[in-house]
Amino acid sequence: MVDVNLDNKDNQVGSEIRSLAENMLEQLEQGDIGKAVALVNDLNQLRDRTLYNEIGRLTRALHESIKNLNVDTVGAASDITETTDKLTYVLEMTDKSANRTMDIADAGGPLAGAMGDRAAELSARWKRFMKREMNTSEFRELSRDIDEYLSSSVKDSSEIKKQFSEIVLAQDFQDLTGQVIHKVINLIRDVEGRLVTLVSMAGQVDQITGINHEFEQSTPAPDSGPDINPEGPQTDSKADGVVSSQDDVDDLLSSLGF
Amino acid sequence: MKILIVDDFSTMRRIVKNLLRDLGFTNTQEADDGTTALPMLQNGDFDFLVTDWNMPGMTGLDLLKHVREDERLKTLPVLMVTAEAKRDQIVAAAQAGVNGYVVKPFTAAVLKEKIDKIFERVEG
Repeated sequence: MVDVNLDNKDNQVGSEIRSLAENMLEQLEQGDIGKAVALVNDLNQLRDRTLYNEIGRLTRALHESIKNLNVDTVGAASDITETTDKLTYVLEMTDKSANRTMDIADAGGPLAGAMGDRAAELSARWKRFMKREMNTSEFRELSRDIDEYLSSSVKDSSEIKKQFSEIVLAQDFQDLTGQVIHKVINLIRDVEGRLVTLVSMAGQVDQITGINHEFEQSTPAPDSGPDINPEGPQTDSKADGVVSSQDDVDDLLSSLGF
Repeated sequence: MKILIVDDFSTMRRIVKNLLRDLGFTNTQEADDGTTALPMLQNGDFDFLVTDWNMPGMTGLDLLKHVREDERLKTLPVLMVTAEAKRDQIVAAAQAGVNGYVVKPFTAAVLKEKIDKIFERVEG
């Protein structure tokens, strides 16, 4: 739907229209229909002229700004391809780091477990010795086992220590992916700014030409019952309808009879 | 006890698998979404399903609904381990017949507690 409202935009145009209209009324009052009709034509021409001028001006501005957007998005286009690569890199880095950490934990856990088990076993035998419940040959065996345990635990604990520092090193992804994510954020911010300029420019064209867009009324989604879509992690745990902890989940479920 | 772990992220599958192993459940298999998981469930004798919600292909909620509709699978205990944290979503999962709901990130203790609770109820 298109209607024209010129009078509020441009003072000069407005006063021109007013003088034409007043002139027209005057002619009508004087009974000169012919002149009045001619003035209606003048009004039409004025409208067309103003409209075309304004549209021309804005189209140029819009074109310029699209061109600007393009010029920079030629950069941004490659940036965006690069961004996809960068995000893939983030995904790979976090994946690698998580698996490396878990590999180390998988290797170190049993090592620490075995050390503890062996110590517990030796400790039980040592207690028997302290209570003088051990004969000489058993004691000789115990001494040998303890000696063996001490040297193996020196080796194992230094291995575990090495694994701990490897776990710390595996966290380097936070720094590396963080930098990449910063770059991506900056790019998005830049593109967003340009798009906002473009949208406001397009809005001005609409205003001048009096175009009203009929936006579809967003009707609330019908109550589809338990058909609910996943949304991924909630980044704001204080938002409406979002639980903030496992305790909240448990409370909610128990209120439902769980 | 044979358990199927369904998550699209291999890291999360590995975490859940490790935690389950620490709890004494060593017989586990993995699937990366509902579409792969459903035939595994239908053809295998799984005793327990641990599933994420947000996955490409078939989501965990749809998988749960399919399980509840399947004559042979409908009593299978299902634990949802997911980042979905909206009240509406939790209610929807409950209505679809989930047995337990754990929000990510979670701890080993929480996972153990929920699993224990589910088996208490199933056996009791």
